[in-house]
Amino acid sequence: MTSDTPLLHASGVSKRFGAVVALKDASLTIKKGEIVALMGANGAGKSTFVKVLTGALKRDNGTVKIHGADQHIGSPGAARRAGLVPVYQEPSLIPDLDVADNLALGNTPVEPFLHWVEALGISGLRLDDMIGNLPLATLRILDLARALASEPEVLLLDEMTAALPTDLVEKVLAVVRGQADKGQAVIYISHRFTEIAEICDRATVLRDGETVGDLAIADGVEDKVVELMLGAALGAGPAVAEASARPTGVPRLDVHQLRAGTRLADVSLQLFPGEVLGVVALEGQGQDELFDAIAGMIRPDGGTMAVNGKEVRFHHPADAIAQGLTFVPGDRAEGLLMQRSVHENIALPMLARMRNWGAIKMRREASKVRDAVARMQIDIRAQGEVQRLSGGNQQKVTIGRWIATGVETLLLFDPTRGIDVRTKRQIYGLVRELADQGAAVLYYTSELAEVPAACDRAVVIFQGRVVDVIPADRADEQTLMRAAYGLTNAHEVPA
Amino acid sequence: MTRLFGKHGWVIGLAALLALLFLFTRLIQPGFGASGLDSLARATLPFAFATAAMAVVVIAGGIDLSVASMMAVAGVTAAVLMDGAGTGFSVFAVVLVLGLGLVMGAINGALIVVTKVPDIVVTLAMLFVWEGTALLILNAPGGAAAPWLRNIVVGSVIFPWLPKAFVVLLICLAVVWVPLRRSKLGLSIYAIGSNELAAYRSGVAIGRTRIAAYALCGLFAAMGGLALTSATGIGEPIPGPYLMASVAAVVLGGVVLGGGRGALLGPIVAVFILRLVRMDLTLLSVDPNITTIVEGSIMVAVVMLGGILAARARS
Repeated sequence: MTSDTPLLHASGVSKRFGAVVALKDASLTIKKGEIVALMGANGAGKSTFVKVLTGALKRDNGTVKIHGADQHIGSPGAARRAGLVPVYQEPSLIPDLDVADNLALGNTPVEPFLHWVEALGISGLRLDDMIGNLPLATLRILDLARALASEPEVLLLDEMTAALPTDLVEKVLAVVRGQADKGQAVIYISHRFTEIAEICDRATVLRDGETVGDLAIADGVEDKVVELMLGAALGAGPAVAEASARPTGVPRLDVHQLRAGTRLADVSLQLFPGEVLGVVALEGQGQDELFDAIAGMIRPDGGTMAVNGKEVRFHHPADAIAQGLTFVPGDRAEGLLMQRSVHENIALPMLARMRNWGAIKMRREASKVRDAVARMQIDIRAQGEVQRLSGGNQQKVTIGRWIATGVETLLLFDPTRGIDVRTKRQIYGLVRELADQGAAVLYYTSELAEVPAACDRAVVIFQGRVVDVIPADRADEQTLMRAAYGLTNAHEVPA
Repeated sequence: MTRLFGKHGWVIGLAALLALLFLFTRLIQPGFGASGLDSLARATLPFAFATAAMAVVVIAGGIDLSVASMMAVAGVTAAVLMDGAGTGFSVFAVVLVLGLGLVMGAINGALIVVTKVPDIVVTLAMLFVWEGTALLILNAPGGAAAPWLRNIVVGSVIFPWLPKAFVVLLICLAVVWVPLRRSKLGLSIYAIGSNELAAYRSGVAIGRTRIAAYALCGLFAAMGGLALTSATGIGEPIPGPYLMASVAAVVLGGVVLGGGRGALLGPIVAVFILRLVRMDLTLLSVDPNITTIVEGSIMVAVVMLGGILAARARS
């Protein structure tokens, strides 16, 4: 082995899940002492690539060489032994064991671990502290300290700084850079350009499961990275939805300085009747918490919400539903009775609303349902159970049933994930129809191209705060992507 | 001190409850003394092993409904092998039966790991398989226990109020549990019960650990079967009421259904509490049917209390 042999060299890695191709041709090379940023938009295949590299998933094709030798890495344990130690986004410490037992479990030496814990800015840790009682930020640091203590040759950090307060972020960046200067190789996954510019040497960019670029970090590299992440989609010209007039009057939903959990820091937005308001954010920027709080699934830690001008406080999803807020979760299985028929699923919210006592007016219900099925163009040849429908048709049911029932405010969380283009168009149509009926729609999407097609305007959230509000006619992918990465000039815009 | 109490508060509370129950027993039955303790310890022995067996798999995040059936297989195998055998062969039989327990448990675990069918379904099916196996080995109560095996659990050692059965129980459990608890395997068992994904990412071999946990369950169940045979002197192919009793003691003993939390000490104290409650109710000549209602109510109350405490800890 010469000193030029890369520590880790992955090439031509592919992986498919059924019909979905998650990775096509991913590659990554890292040498001793380098920090390489692995970047890609939502769904580009980053997390699949990481899982393949660390042995949590088996690759279909391609090679992964460590020290120039082909390695079979079948499990995270095997990756560790090969010198590749990951720190995943979620803590991978055992909650019901104390610190000492967790170290013993992974054969981590205690002294170096404590040294790193201290160096990373955590004091007062006891070895008999139960992991389950420690705050999330501390757990992230312990995870990193545990990885460092095992002296890995390649350290893989996945959104390491996402849940950390600023002072700890600085300590982490300093320690990681210091380790690289001593010869350790680091794969650094982050959405934060500032951190990447501060410590990384190169950036490897993934798009649609393919490595599309490898850039040295220099001034202005952000624009090149954004371009690479978007690829051919750039300049395709968005199909702009019929722009509605700028809404006025009392907002249906007025969210003010909402704060929840570790991610949602401060979000204010106003949603008006007849409007489709897009929400754009990279993964884990607080959008989950935002929707959960508005739907009454979690209680916010701060801020206020008002519906039709009246302040509301939700203790239970039923409170939100009573205020006319309807949440359609991203996971279709959470919203549908999979073993029941399309008709029953469409009729269900109607029944829930219509009456508590006495017989249901079957005839009226049946005609409304038939209307809805026809309008949605759901292929019901299968008749029977909803679970036999395709994913796209299922999603049409979750949204379309509100046309039959009538809805005031619809909260859609990534409704088109994993759905074919034609069905997507139909869903945009359904959403628009609901808005035209006077519904207010909050629409989170992980696909930037959808924003101009489906929304009137979009709020962009980065690190738990609204960083920009972009009207549909300006919402091309590059603008959205730059905003989502916090690259706009930080002007605070209340939505 | 407060930290110690925080970690072991539940067990300390249980021990206090057990002490109170003993006082109460003395009150309603002033003659309760060394011989009473001895018979209580002997009657509790198979329940205690069943509880230990259940505790291990529950800590690992599973459950084993076939504990009582495995005890029956172990018990009848021992009784058949020892019938008319000499001391030397009977010692060999004990070792063989313990090995058989490990194998039965490992089969349960391997089926769960390989087929990925939920543990509750697999072990329910195996409940019938082991039950049938026990009846094949011995189709009616019979066989015999070696005299030495019967003698090691009768009477007392050192002090007149220290039953041999109790000492045997502690030694058997300690020999397996103490070295295990701090070993890699022990930690792995806790880890897969606590958070399987985190355990996998920490490099724990999930499948192997689960099979090992079920094998240990089988080992303790085999000890329970041996205890049963030594107590009655014969092999009994029909499984006793050990399944629900062991789940009740495990829950009362502070092992969280769902895994990751608890140990062996709590469930063992709990099993004595439950047996003592039953004995007291009998002494008070309460209808035995009411006794089962009381046991069930204790179980529900404990699970509820656990839920309330957990909810309060979160908020």
